[in-house]
Amino acid sequence: MNDRLIFQIPYLEKGKQILPTVPNEISSIEINIPDNLKRKKAPELPQISEPQLIRHYNKLSKKNFGVDTGFYPLGSCTMKYNPKINEEISRLENFVNIHPYQDEEDIQGALQLMYELDVLLCEITGMDKFTLQPSAGAHGELTGLFIIDAYHREKGNKRKNIIIPDSAHGTNPASVTMAGYNAVAVDSDENGKVDLKKLNELLDKETAGLMLTNPNTLGFFDENILKISKMVHDVGGLVYYDGANLNAIMTISKPRDMGFDIVHLNLHKTFSTPHGGGGPGSGPIGVTKELSKFLLIPTVELNNKGRYYLNYDKKDSIGKVKAFYGNFNVLIKAYSYILSLGAKGLKRASQLAVLNANYLKKHLSKYYHIPYPEICMHEFVISAIWQKEKGIRALDIAKRLMDFGFHPPTIYFPLIINEAIMIEPTETENKETLDMFIKAMIQIAKESDKNPEILKSAPHKTQIKRLDEAKAARDLILKYEYK
Amino acid sequence: MDFPEGLYYSKDHEWGKVEGNIVIVGITDYAQDALGDIVFLELPPVGTDVEANVPFGTIESVKSVSDVYSPVTGKITEVNDAVTDAPEIINQDPYGEGWMVKIEMNNPDEIKDLISTEEYQKSTEE
Repeated sequence: MNDRLIFQIPYLEKGKQILPTVPNEISSIEINIPDNLKRKKAPELPQISEPQLIRHYNKLSKKNFGVDTGFYPLGSCTMKYNPKINEEISRLENFVNIHPYQDEEDIQGALQLMYELDVLLCEITGMDKFTLQPSAGAHGELTGLFIIDAYHREKGNKRKNIIIPDSAHGTNPASVTMAGYNAVAVDSDENGKVDLKKLNELLDKETAGLMLTNPNTLGFFDENILKISKMVHDVGGLVYYDGANLNAIMTISKPRDMGFDIVHLNLHKTFSTPHGGGGPGSGPIGVTKELSKFLLIPTVELNNKGRYYLNYDKKDSIGKVKAFYGNFNVLIKAYSYILSLGAKGLKRASQLAVLNANYLKKHLSKYYHIPYPEICMHEFVISAIWQKEKGIRALDIAKRLMDFGFHPPTIYFPLIINEAIMIEPTETENKETLDMFIKAMIQIAKESDKNPEILKSAPHKTQIKRLDEAKAARDLILKYEYK
Repeated sequence: MDFPEGLYYSKDHEWGKVEGNIVIVGITDYAQDALGDIVFLELPPVGTDVEANVPFGTIESVKSVSDVYSPVTGKITEVNDAVTDAPEIINQDPYGEGWMVKIEMNNPDEIKDLISTEEYQKSTEE
């Protein structure tokens, strides 16, 4: 049964308002609001009791699915478990009760945390300086592109093009366009990596840079990366690292060593802070020393008296992209994660992420077509083309997985694979969970032979059955209209 | 999958039907099937200049967003408002009611650069 919206719950007392009306002394205050923006009548607020309200939201909260509920192998999203110690640390009252306008002397601890997080991220990536301000991955991308823009403008020519592999995340071309550049796609070769010959044809004096995710969205580490970054540098371009897939290589290899000039990280993926409805993200940007003068203001610095301060004195800075210093609470969680795992722990996390992906890939390869069967990094892509011959699509498989209590993987991405299903188990899943997932996927493969209808009409065990996604996208209803 | 005769095809999955120096353009049955349910279509207004092999519109399905490429160079003389209002028509009838634009060709010979039904069908099987 569909649940009611809170607005549909009948008034506690029929036709009677139980909320207090605005007292005279408040309603008589004159505020200069233009007439056309003034309410014509009072807002229709739910007139229900506190227990009704609590039950309503409690019931909804139980329908959530998250990493705390079950396996969430959403490719390229790194839905790893979010350790609860991060939450505990981030809720310490000395963090929660400070204000960004407080005097620097009063918030030395918070500044120290940001400074040290910057240092830790530099160590992990090999970069020289980070800004912690951008609030998510794509926000970081845009910031990084503004830095590329500033770098080239200083040299006298903004340049026109940013090259992106055809397997890239959709945010890459979107950010490029937002930053005023042309997104130029470079094809992948037969191994799913950047086609060097094609890249060479695209590079010229108008190449401002190249954006690359390494390992890429197909789950492969591009071992030509040194050649690629040299090719881009040779035409005067910069090389940008999309950190979406850093989880595969933490403390094993550094983006800087691969030739990257700018790096963004997703603290909400790699460094275990909640995301996907669970909390805001954070997309710090790290750069080389040469580019650090362009970083956002303020940066957090340490003076020779051992005091931390916010440095606004950067004349070449590209400015700000967000109020204050970013999502500070998220920074605390990432800091807590890095320190609780330590260098060895981060390395082990990456190794287990790779092991888990390969374990799944190997076991699914008998039942599903795997376009690139080599050993992968932290994620891999299967193609449901064998099932499609029987009329079963990736979408049907994804929906059916919900009946087994799993969040579906990413589907129809990357775009270069037909009926793509992109699976990223992460390091925080144990063998029992992976085996249950394998069992479910095998059963689904068998059902596509023997009982395709059960797939086409899935899910069956969820509270809401198959949604009409086309109708949902065509006839958007974004607010409740009182009848 | 339907591959009607008498149409010209592009490798980017558009079809073109020639009527004098006008070509009617849409996307193929193969393309609509690969896209899945189409939910949004953006086309340029009448009078827009278009260039062969350059995107002139955007098509969005429940799976992805793609460009629609012009098969020829010329000017848009008519836009099918019915499909922008109800893009599911493209899923239902890609070669008929689902046409998108009519383009007046600068050089009618250019249409010969497109591929035949047979060639197109073969390219989708690769």
